[in-house]
Order: sequence, then structure tokens, then C-alpha cells
Amino acid sequence: MLSIALVAAGVIYLAAYLPKHAPLGPALALLAAAVLVLAVNFALLARQPRFAWWRFWQVAGWMLLVYLVVAGMIAYAFVHDGTSGAVLVVMTCLLATFTLNVPLISAYTVARYESRLEP
Amino acid sequence: MISIKGNWPWALDFFHVVGGGLWTGADLFMGFVIGPIMRRLTIPARIELTTRLMPKMLLILPTLVTMTLASGFQLARLNGMLSTSYSRHTWVVVSMVVVAVMAITALGLLQPANIAVLFELRKEQPNPAVIAGLMQRFVYAAAVIGVMQVATLLIMTRLAS
Repeated sequence: MLSIALVAAGVIYLAAYLPKHAPLGPALALLAAAVLVLAVNFALLARQPRFAWWRFWQVAGWMLLVYLVVAGMIAYAFVHDGTSGAVLVVMTCLLATFTLNVPLISAYTVARYESRLEP
Repeated sequence: MISIKGNWPWALDFFHVVGGGLWTGADLFMGFVIGPIMRRLTIPARIELTTRLMPKMLLILPTLVTMTLASGFQLARLNGMLSTSYSRHTWVVVSMVVVAVMAITALGLLQPANIAVLFELRKEQPNPAVIAGLMQRFVYAAAVIGVMQVATLLIMTRLAS
């Protein structure tokens, strides 16, 4: 959730300046923090003993598909509005971080209550 | 998507207002009507209701949210509300923050709890304690979102007046 919050802060920061270009320093810092938190989440998850990975990948796969579509629609809206250059790159990276976060949270929540072995 | 591509004000207005109204209505109905009713139901009745209600909520709410936010952002751009020179730009930014809180709560708490409940109910022997814990998380998250929805109504009517 912290990673999603950092992504949201970055998007709001950039959107608040539209159609002008915002100074990218704060946005890049928020993006870096969001990616770091996401990486830590993955690392902690990988170290979980007796985790139901079969259920995790089953949920995460479908959720990733859904949020790729959602992220694509949001990215299209930004491109259609004339967002370009470095701002578009940072926005896209923030969207990508968001797209990875949501399936991770949902899949973990489901898999933690599942038995380790697939029936 | 077609409305965004065509930049049709009426269509964008329609999707934003209708989507926002339905989303707000559904959230407040769930929080203030369904929630208290469910607390008074027996456990088997709660499971029966949850089994039928949650799949529909999982489909309806994300659709309404995506529709409302995408059309709203495009509408704000068309009406010049995104510009920093717009007199009520601060309200627009505040509305973005409120939406962000709702998104974090919904994506981080509500939706995972919803999906986990559905998977637990499909097991041969669902664990009532797990379902109760997840539904409690769902209800609290819905309450937070309900408060944010009221704040959104205040901000949107302020912007429109």
C-alpha cells in the first residue's frame, strides 16, 4: 500500500502542473521510493516459508492482465492529451509500478490463507 | 475510450456524473444499509449473501471507478480546470488527493479482501474465522471510502457551482 501511495503522490504531483511541465526531481524521487518499496515487498514475499505460490501466480496472472488493460487506458489518455517527453516517461514508469503492485497485494492476500500444496 | 478520443463534452459529462453517482451511491448503500443488515444476519445467511454479492461488486465497482476517473480527468482538461491559473485549482488538487486515498484503500484493502473471500467460499470447508476477518476489513475499508465519497460530493458541487 505504501508503494501505491508513493505512485499516487507522484501522479498527483505531475498532474497538478498539467499542461505545464513539472520539475521532475520530486516525481523521480517518489518513483524511486515506490520501486524500492515494491522490490522490498517482492524480496520479503520470496522468503516466505510454506507459501502457496500456485495460488499466488493463479490470482496474480489474471489481475495483471486486468490492470495492464486499465494502465493502458490511462496511458492512452495521457498521450492523447499531449503529454510527452520526460514527463510521459516518468508517468509511464509510475503506472508500471502501480500495475505490478495491485496484483501483488491481491494475490498475496488470497495465497496466505491457502495450503502450500496444490490440491 | 471513445468519448476521450472524440473529446465529446456531453459524453464525458454523462460518464463522469452517472459513473460518479452510481459509485457513490453503491459505496454509501453498502456501508450504511448492507453493512448493518449483514451484522444482524446469521453466519450461514451472511455466507449466502456474500457468495452472491461479492462477485458482482468485484465487477461493477472497478468498472464504475475507471469510467468516472478517466472521464473526469478528460473533462477537467477540456474545461481548463487542470490549468494552474484556474481560480479553483486548489480544489481540483484536493479532489485528486481524495481520489488517491480512495484508490489506495480500495486497491490495497477492499479488493484483496473481496477476492480472498470469494476464494475462501469456494473451498470444501471455508474457514469462518478467515471470512469474518476479511469481511471486517472490507466493511472498515468501505466506511473510509464512504467518508471520502462525501468529501468528493462536497468538492465536486463546489467546483460545479
